[in-house]
Order: sequence, then structure tokens, then C-alpha cells
Amino acid sequence: MGAPRKTHAPSAGQTVGPFFAFGLAYPKMHEVVFPHSAGAIVLGGTVFDGAGAPIPDAIVEIWGADADGSVARARGARRRDDHSFTGFGRAMTDDEGHYEFWTREPGPSGSGAAPFFAAVVFARGLPDKLHTRIYLPSDAAVLDADPLLASLDADERATLVATRTPDGGLHHDIRLQGEKETVFLAF
Amino acid sequence: MTDIAAAPESLLAAPDQASQREITREITELHAAYRTREGAGETLHATMHDFPPYRSSILRHPTKNPKLVDPETIELFSPAFGQRDVAKIESDLTLQHAGEPLGERITVRGRLLDSWGRPLANQLVEIWQANSAGRYIHQRDQHPAPLDPNFTGAGRTVTDDAGEYLFTTIKPGPYPWKNHVNAWRPAHIHFSVFGTSFTQRLVTQMYFPGDPLFALDPIYQSIHRQTDRDNLVSAYDHDLTVPEFSMGYRFDIVVDGPDATWTEGEEEH
Ligand SMILES: [Fe+2]
Repeated sequence: MGAPRKTHAPSAGQTVGPFFAFGLAYPKMHEVVFPHSAGAIVLGGTVFDGAGAPIPDAIVEIWGADADGSVARARGARRRDDHSFTGFGRAMTDDEGHYEFWTREPGPSGSGAAPFFAAVVFARGLPDKLHTRIYLPSDAAVLDADPLLASLDADERATLVATRTPDGGLHHDIRLQGEKETVFLAF
Repeated sequence: MTDIAAAPESLLAAPDQASQREITREITELHAAYRTREGAGETLHATMHDFPPYRSSILRHPTKNPKLVDPETIELFSPAFGQRDVAKIESDLTLQHAGEPLGERITVRGRLLDSWGRPLANQLVEIWQANSAGRYIHQRDQHPAPLDPNFTGAGRTVTDDAGEYLFTTIKPGPYPWKNHVNAWRPAHIHFSVFGTSFTQRLVTQMYFPGDPLFALDPIYQSIHRQTDRDNLVSAYDHDLTVPEFSMGYRFDIVVDGPDATWTEGEEEH
């Protein structure tokens, strides 16, 4: 059954502004899982502007399934108890534009689906949020089968797939503008 | 590529320092152009990502249209916040220090709704703001207005079963910024909410009725339709005004659900 007609106009988004840190920071916000716990990896990268300069006042949030593909539903996801998987993390870029999370790699949410972190980006100078995805560097057949990735050319697709670091973590840069501009999403 | 990042505070001033007259002219021309495009059948995003009067957006907005996708399972859920995530006192920004902050005490109350008007319970609402003099506690805020030792300006709460939130705080002051010469932001409170689906994630700003700075502010005017701008202005509500205590403002927030977020007969997911 389709959804009925919407009755309420959505509130428009606005920039997060320059001075968000004291409002949005909370303890261990970038620790989706306890660092160095079983299966924990570092997911990190740099957020760049259209001139290739790092953005030191951006926020990256990730939201992902657990390793078995399940979605964390236990209420209280903002309090870090150092053992629960909450699925959600928030990271603010540092002066070099770098963000970093401790997390587990999400499992597929459906049969054969390519696993990814849902991600949203905010920044000073960015008038509204941007949605994107950070896919795990799975094998080509899995990525090919993903409806979004299959609709993109090779260059676009590369902006959505993280790369494996030598120590087993994930590296993923986000470019708000420019030649290798990240693919952003509308739903 | 830049190897050494510029000091963040050095980025806060736009290099060209246009006049207010020039910025206002740009805003007026862009709004007219958007009206023409929408009149021709194009649907524009409510907030323009590419809005040059907001100078720091010039290098920070995507140049390609977003890809329209069907949300996957994970995107139709959102983080499971709940009442135990925040202490009650965190919704009262006037109680965080030994003394009372200076300024006009206000209560801000409203509901968090989805696109079908359904109230969203158990939702985290985060706010942050300048003090009554227009100064942020942030170390990079260089506005030479006084800090208030009794005011931090950050609060959070979780919506109740009726989707309602309530904050007690101080009315923030307008503040200057370096987008152009004599640029001032209308008084505002920053709001962050999630919704039941990650696609609904929203960061916005609440304004106060009748602010003379509205027409001059490129951030507010990055929302190109008047009706959408009006929806971000709180309403003075005398029934919310607490006798001998605080002025009341009502501000409802509607998160944008794609149709896929509609689920029938399910209270929450
Ligand atoms: Fe602000």
C-alpha cells in the first residue's frame, strides 16, 4: 500500500554554522564500538572543499547495521557503555579536516545486498545536510549488484566505496565539490 | 591540494567583503530566478546548497544533482535514543551554573512531527545558541561581546509520548559575522533532530517573530520560499508564558519523510 498524501510541509534545513561543537559534542561520540574490541576497526578520512582544502568545521555522522546485518534498537544509544553496539556515531573534523570513528563493519541488510554505512555530512558553509553512503570494499560482484552503485559510472562509484588500509581499517574521503565530488543522495 | 590546512578562524571572513546592499541585491535576483525555474516546473530543494550570497558556501556545495535512491533498510531506521540518554536538567539552560544567566528568560515548546503530522516520541532534540549578548562560548567566536559565566548555551531533551519537547533558556542576541560588511545574524537557536528514519535527519535554526534582520541574512534567505522561511519562525504564545518567570515561544518541527518512511499501524520503528 502506498503512503497517503503528505499533510505537513517539512521544516527546511539550515547550516550547522561555525560554533556547533559545544552543542553537539558528547563523550565518546565517535566510538560506535569500544576501541580495540572484537571486530572494531577505524573508519576515517578527510572532508575536502572544492579547492581541495580540508574542511576543519564539518561533522560526519554514520549509522550502520551490526556485523550480522541487524539494526540496533535498544533505547539509550547516546550513552556509551563501552560494550553495546549502537550503530550511530558522530565525528567532528579536526583542524586538518580529518574525521575518525571506531566501529564494526556492517553486515548486509538483505540477501546479497552490498553493506554500507549510511552517512550524513554537515559543515559551516554548507546550507543544508548532505546524505551519502560509505560502502565496504566488497568484491566486485556484490558491488555490481547494488542498485545505486550499478547506476553510477566508475568515477562516481569510487567516491562511495571505502578503501582498506594496511592495518585493516577503512579510509574514506568526502569531497563536497570538485572533480572527484562525492555522490550525494536524495530519497 | 593543500598539505597544511589554513587556521580555521582565518576562514571565517569572506575575502571580498561585499556591502549589505550588494548581498541583498544578489539575494533578490536569485530568489526571482528560482521562482522562474519553479514556475517552469522545476522542483528546487527548500534550502539552496548553491547560494553564493552565503559566501563560505561557494566552495562547499555540491555541483551535481543528488542521486535519487530508494532508501535501504538501515536508512529507514534511526538511532534508538530514549529518555535515559539525557538528564532532565539538560533541557534547562538557565540551571547549568551557580548563578542565573543574564537576559530574557524564555520557554520554547513544540512538537516533532513527520510529514503526515504524526508526533514522534522518544526523539533526541539538541539545541545550541549564543548568549543574550550574541556571544557563543566557542573559543573561535571573536565577537567582542561579553561572555556570561552563568550561560553555556547548549541543551538537549527527548520528546515525550505526544512528540513534545520543552526548553527553558535565554533569548539569544543577534551577532555579527564576517560574510560581508556589517553582516548580522538574526537571533536564532540551532536545532538538531533525527526522526524515525535516518533520511529525516535535520539540523535547522529557530528564529523569533518580526526580526528586522531576516531580509538581510543570506543564511536565512538560502531558504528560497517565503512559506518555508516562515515555518522556521517561532510564534509568541502567551499561554506558554509563565507568570513572573518567562516568555513563551512555540516552535513545531516537521521532518521530511519519503513515502518509504510511512508504515501503517506501527507506532514507531
Ligand atoms: Fe548561530
